[in-house]
Amino acid sequence: MKNMISTHLIQDRDVEKIVGKLLRFGVITASLIVLLGGILFLVQNGAQGRPDYHIFKGEESDFITFKGIFMGLFTFKPMAIIQFGVLLLIITPIMRIIFSLFAFILEKDKLYVIITLIVLAIIMISTFGGLKV
Amino acid sequence: MSILTFTLILILGAYLAGLVGSLTGLGGGVVVIPLLTLVFHVDIRYAIGAALLASIANSSGAASAYIKEGITNIRLGMFLEIATTIGAVIGALIAVYTPTNTIAILFGAVLLFSAAMTLRKKNQEALTEGSNLSAVLKLNSSYPTQTGTVDYKLKNIGAGFSIMTVAGVMSGLLGIGSGALKVLAMDTAMKIPFKVSTTTSNFMIGVTAAASAVVYLQRGYMDPGIAFPVVLGVLGGAFTGAKLLTKINPATLRIIFCIAITFVALEMIYNGYHHKF
Repeated sequence: MKNMISTHLIQDRDVEKIVGKLLRFGVITASLIVLLGGILFLVQNGAQGRPDYHIFKGEESDFITFKGIFMGLFTFKPMAIIQFGVLLLIITPIMRIIFSLFAFILEKDKLYVIITLIVLAIIMISTFGGLKV
Repeated sequence: MSILTFTLILILGAYLAGLVGSLTGLGGGVVVIPLLTLVFHVDIRYAIGAALLASIANSSGAASAYIKEGITNIRLGMFLEIATTIGAVIGALIAVYTPTNTIAILFGAVLLFSAAMTLRKKNQEALTEGSNLSAVLKLNSSYPTQTGTVDYKLKNIGAGFSIMTVAGVMSGLLGIGSGALKVLAMDTAMKIPFKVSTTTSNFMIGVTAAASAVVYLQRGYMDPGIAFPVVLGVLGGAFTGAKLLTKINPATLRIIFCIAITFVALEMIYNGYHHKF
């Protein structure tokens, strides 16, 4: 990474390769965390009866806010670990956009810096806009 | 049924969904919704949350492979993501006010359309005369084929952008990638060769889904007990599918699956119409 930036002019293809690696790394990490949480969840609750998934609990569910997920994570709750993996999975494509933004800045492609910022702004507004953080 | 049994059966089901989604090109998320609702009698809102996650996992996993080959048009993807993310946010907002039965009917309709799109004739031609806007936005590009690098140009950018917004709304409303609508915008309107349009569409699905995912997470659509087997199963199935695609020609398989999916879509519409969701 350092090398590429120090060569000053990075090529489109290099950027694409890093984007590819970033996506794969994100998905693999997220899946491993989901798997870890899932195994712990089964060990602790596997023998219980299946919850009533035909009844939608909605906002009364646990671990649906950032705060709730992190609190559960520090007390090692299996469901919170799964949700943390889920969060990582959601963040992966967003990280890809942030990376593309830097790549377009380095390429001095103003038009695409603006386009990327617009996409990022829409996602951020949707994520943080008036919702429980 | 114990949680353990439920989880194991669901992993197997999600694996098959990922496999079928990958072989047909529909994506695992689309197959997960009928699986969860019709087979496991899970509330459609949990199914939508799980499908959204499956779409992100699928897209990020597959995109990394295609990008390596240099087929994906990253600038085009980024530009069209303005349309799909705006659409996705609108879709997630409308979802609150839409009855679940209406969502089921709409989902069935999109599924029918997607199955039909999978079987259509694909655009192989590369356009040599593009529009001005395409040049200004630097969307014209090239991609590698077996006979060497092919240059292509784009037209009807406005029409493509509009269809992409609709694709985004569907994605936000139903939790699916709406790959079929994305390909319609790129193939039919913008005249992009289908290899580029399918890979670029796949690349965009993750970002589109991420735009509405946190909203759904905070509304309680993503239950860890469902998300965990679905994400792992679909990823595994998609991985096997990608390996199989390099060995077999799925033309016949694709037709069989699309007929099967047509029946599933009709059942979703029927059940939605009779208020079973």
